[in-house]
Amino acid sequence: MYMNIGFSGLVDAGWSTTADVQSLQRGDHDPAVRGFTVPNEEITLDGAVDPYFKGFVNIVYKVDAEGESATELEEAYVLTTSLPSNLQLKVGQFFTEFGRQNPQHPHSWAFVDQPLVLNRMFGPDGMRGQGARLSWLVPTSFYAEAMVSVLNSLGETMFSFRSEESSEIHGGIPAERDVSGGGDMVVVPRLATSFDLTSTQTLLLGVSGAFGPNNSGPSSSSSVLGADVYWKWKSATALQGFPFFSLQGEYLNRSYGAAERVTAADPISTLPSETLKDRGAYGQLLWGIRPRIVAGFRGEWANGDDAAFESELRSRRIRLSPNFTYYPSEFSKVRFQYNFDDRKGFGRDHSLWLQFEFILGAHAAHRF
Amino acid sequence: MKTITLLTFAAAALGAPRGSSAPAAAPLSVVATTPDLASIAKAIGGDAVDVKALAKPTEDSHFVDAKPSHIVTLNRADVLIEGGAELELGWLPPLLESARNSRIAAGAPGRIVASTGITMKEKPVAFDRSKGDVHALGNPHFLVDPLNAKIVAANIADHLARVAPASASVFKANLATFNATIDAKLAEWQKQLSPFEGAKIVTYHKDFNYLADRFGLEVVETLEPKPGIAPSPSHLAVVIAAMRAQNAKVILVQPFQNRKTAETVARQTGATVLDVSQQPGAIKGTDTYIALMDHVVRTLVNGLQGDK
Repeated sequence: MYMNIGFSGLVDAGWSTTADVQSLQRGDHDPAVRGFTVPNEEITLDGAVDPYFKGFVNIVYKVDAEGESATELEEAYVLTTSLPSNLQLKVGQFFTEFGRQNPQHPHSWAFVDQPLVLNRMFGPDGMRGQGARLSWLVPTSFYAEAMVSVLNSLGETMFSFRSEESSEIHGGIPAERDVSGGGDMVVVPRLATSFDLTSTQTLLLGVSGAFGPNNSGPSSSSSVLGADVYWKWKSATALQGFPFFSLQGEYLNRSYGAAERVTAADPISTLPSETLKDRGAYGQLLWGIRPRIVAGFRGEWANGDDAAFESELRSRRIRLSPNFTYYPSEFSKVRFQYNFDDRKGFGRDHSLWLQFEFILGAHAAHRF
Repeated sequence: MKTITLLTFAAAALGAPRGSSAPAAAPLSVVATTPDLASIAKAIGGDAVDVKALAKPTEDSHFVDAKPSHIVTLNRADVLIEGGAELELGWLPPLLESARNSRIAAGAPGRIVASTGITMKEKPVAFDRSKGDVHALGNPHFLVDPLNAKIVAANIADHLARVAPASASVFKANLATFNATIDAKLAEWQKQLSPFEGAKIVTYHKDFNYLADRFGLEVVETLEPKPGIAPSPSHLAVVIAAMRAQNAKVILVQPFQNRKTAETVARQTGATVLDVSQQPGAIKGTDTYIALMDHVVRTLVNGLQGDK
């Protein structure tokens, strides 16, 4: 066995008070319609390439809201194993190490859908791209890691940068923009640190930034800043990891420099040069009551300052989501989730989702 | 790009790699995944090693959190001892990826897989998860057989000698002492348990099968219907019937397992729940492997005697 092979399948079912479920559930791996959704069927391959590299590949199959099958190369990268001086390099296509949830695969999320703020800043698939990431494990007595990723700025998974979907943010026709220098790449620095508060409690803190060009104009740029916190208590006599409590929160703030641009909906008019400011946060509490039973609650808020183009993706929204997950074994789960939504201009909505997951083959170990 | 250059410089300035050029007087940093392995490493390494265990003695060693502090511990380790046989499959691989320490990479002298050389029990002939979370390489709870502890100790002594050749004679002498202690203790434990040969016992998980086989006991049932699957009322009814039919009078429970379930079964069968552990330190006064095994044997003798 030179390679671990695994498969993880998600199936959603449910109903929402709005028939336009996609306007509510904007994540690419969220339940997308009234009825059934098959949002994320993932093949994972990993193993040692040779004594110097490990390789990881994730290929996702999904059926979209229109019932069409789609395939995406989610991740494919190599990781060095033996660079000197505590350094490590990752090269290929990978989820950007920004904040806590963005680098996680949908199957390890604690809720059926992508947090609102991550959707607004990083798009339906989260932020991932082609590039390299250098990490340095700081030689301190506690955990501290400094990372920096340099990534291509183009594509739908570079939502706040050179994405064809960026009209949804600024309302203009995206500008054609070439890569003329290093400044046209996206740079993502991150610092993370962790402390064991007691033998049963651990705290993980991080700050991240993403800086790069956007395509509202020929020389415009965006920056996203974020802070994340994760705290977990696990009983000293835990059975299969239970009972536990965990708290996770992220705050993100975006400053999108929009150039003067031709209005997409009305090409004889223009929108003025302006800075679009957005922010949002979520906090989620999980209670692992006893083996294989978890109760969760997530509260979310996102908002943007007024601008010349009124975007649904920038207006005030809150969402409250209690949920309950039962794991028959380590390899399957059933999750119920209720979402209360309040969107400016759209009013309130209620949704009820049921999610089922199954895993075949190798089950990738969970990171903290 | 500027940031990368800065990081590289800072790394070069601060992160001088530790290697075999470290002075011989500094103890080797040995990290064991579980406290039982740590205890044996301490017995073999003596003062030449500084031993740390990642898992707490009281927790389920299949489900240890991959805490970032463990990354730091593993990053600085000269030697890593893992149980192997997929015991740590759910948490060790991502820690090792992040620890980026070639001294403990697979195949390096500093990497010890304790299951090497052990005759594994219950190796599945077919891989089928409808039978529960069965480990492909067999039952990983092998260290409760004292003869397996000798195999592990020899493996540790061999690797330590390769990592720190200057202390090889110390490790050899400590191994001889450890083996002599185990031989003497094993004879004592066998004598204590000999009156109960063939006695039927029940465990929560398949975690004392190697012990049962060594001392002539028979595990008639486990409270879990299949490894890693929570006890269900219908399965417990089967366990109760089997215990009554075969006159099993003791149920072994580790600190992290559900004692209430065991108590319920014990009430209906007139059995006794015995608190034991596989990890030194989980129960007061059991800080070493030998003390732990003393406790397990004594608890079994008392429990089985009580029922005579």
